[in-house]
Amino acid sequence: MTSRISRDELAARIARDIPEGSYVNLGIGAPTLVSNFLPRDQEIILHTENGMLGMGEEPAPDQVDPDLINAGKLPVTELPGASYFHHADSFGMMRGGHVDVCVLGAFQVSERGDLANWSTGAPGSVPAVGGAMDLAVGAKQVFVMTDLLGKDGTSKLVAACSYPLTGVRCVTRVYTDHAVFDVGESGFVIRELFADNTRESLQALTGLSLTEGAS
Amino acid sequence: MFAIRTKVRLANILTMRLGGLGMISKVVPAVADAVAGVADGDTILVGGFGRAGQPVELIDALLAQGARDLTIVSNNAGNGDVGLAALLAEGRVRKMVCSFPRQADSHVFDALYRAGKVELELVPQGNLAERIRAAGAGIGAFFTPTGVGTVLAEGKETRSIDGRDYVLEYPIRAQFALISAFKGDRWGNLVYRKTARNFGPIMATAAAITVAQVDEIVELGVLDPETVVTPGIFVNRVVQVPERDWLRGGRFVGQQESAATGATA
Repeated sequence: MTSRISRDELAARIARDIPEGSYVNLGIGAPTLVSNFLPRDQEIILHTENGMLGMGEEPAPDQVDPDLINAGKLPVTELPGASYFHHADSFGMMRGGHVDVCVLGAFQVSERGDLANWSTGAPGSVPAVGGAMDLAVGAKQVFVMTDLLGKDGTSKLVAACSYPLTGVRCVTRVYTDHAVFDVGESGFVIRELFADNTRESLQALTGLSLTEGAS
Repeated sequence: MFAIRTKVRLANILTMRLGGLGMISKVVPAVADAVAGVADGDTILVGGFGRAGQPVELIDALLAQGARDLTIVSNNAGNGDVGLAALLAEGRVRKMVCSFPRQADSHVFDALYRAGKVELELVPQGNLAERIRAAGAGIGAFFTPTGVGTVLAEGKETRSIDGRDYVLEYPIRAQFALISAFKGDRWGNLVYRKTARNFGPIMATAAAITVAQVDEIVELGVLDPETVVTPGIFVNRVVQVPERDWLRGGRFVGQQESAATGATA
């Protein structure tokens, strides 16, 4: 086994790559952790696709307002400078390339940047896509935050996705608990190695041919 | 066919609505009046994202009204056992068009879907919004990058424009839209509250008859024209419902107690 960094450490690592002034959408689940590590003294504006810019943190229990929720349907707050808008505007912001960074979870990411994160295609499951496909194609940079290996030990970085696709050639960079990878012209490029991981150990884990790039 | 049928029905409803010629009042006294005229087989846009902005009282009125074989267009497919979930449970919905039917408390829809008792058209959320917007804006169809290369674009026309691939999507229009707003006036001008706005403004534009439930009906001129979100031209009926539980006189008070005031509706 190679060593890994924790989910919080990974969230903090992603936060460091988000410059002040960015408009950012954090996907449901682990990506929302990134907000805990965005520097408080910097103005980074969070977009939630149900219709708000300038989203703040979770409210105190007596301040929970059912009219003020995020895309995960959890209660949030509004920061000074916040704005509300309808769904078509909100997804226009996304699809129109106005959002700088989107951080999404993944089941699989392929070498050419295809993303699968909405359905395992399991028979009998009720499909639900939400905004996943819109987020995948819209932001200027699409970051994926994920464990490198699934619960069954198989690599989530793959030559080609076997799960139903969310978007084609849409992923910019993949932040995993083992390393950070850019999606390059000919496969994944290792941008940063965590702990004692090496190119060779990651090639063994993923079964992919990896290159090392400048960080 | 759609246009003729809805125009005839809209004309009937307009004559019903106008008490005296000249003065516009889209205000109806009760939610039962607000959903009058919904017919079997109609397509109905229902606002809300999760529980925020759900037109709960209008859905309950639709439940009582009795129309069947409905196509419901809404982001989600019901929560718990009330509202849309109750409509589904009564077997009144033939088809759901939504982006995210599966939720922690969507057991009613889930069971019907697995049993093959309700159709589902799954639409990416942004495409759902844009298809509704397109219907209201008179757009015949549009090319969107969302969904390209996925199962949700299978069988649909695609085109490469300036080096990017797009899929053709068609508008979603409906006989009725049921939405929830914060305040409205007798001309149908509406303002919303926070993220409860979600689908309201676009759904209002895309139906032959748009029905808005509001916490408060205010006098003409009270809503600042600079802040009106949905201009009254898009709205056909306005009905006042009891103020939402977490507000008192329009101000946020939290959810310590249930609202005791509010007009009968």
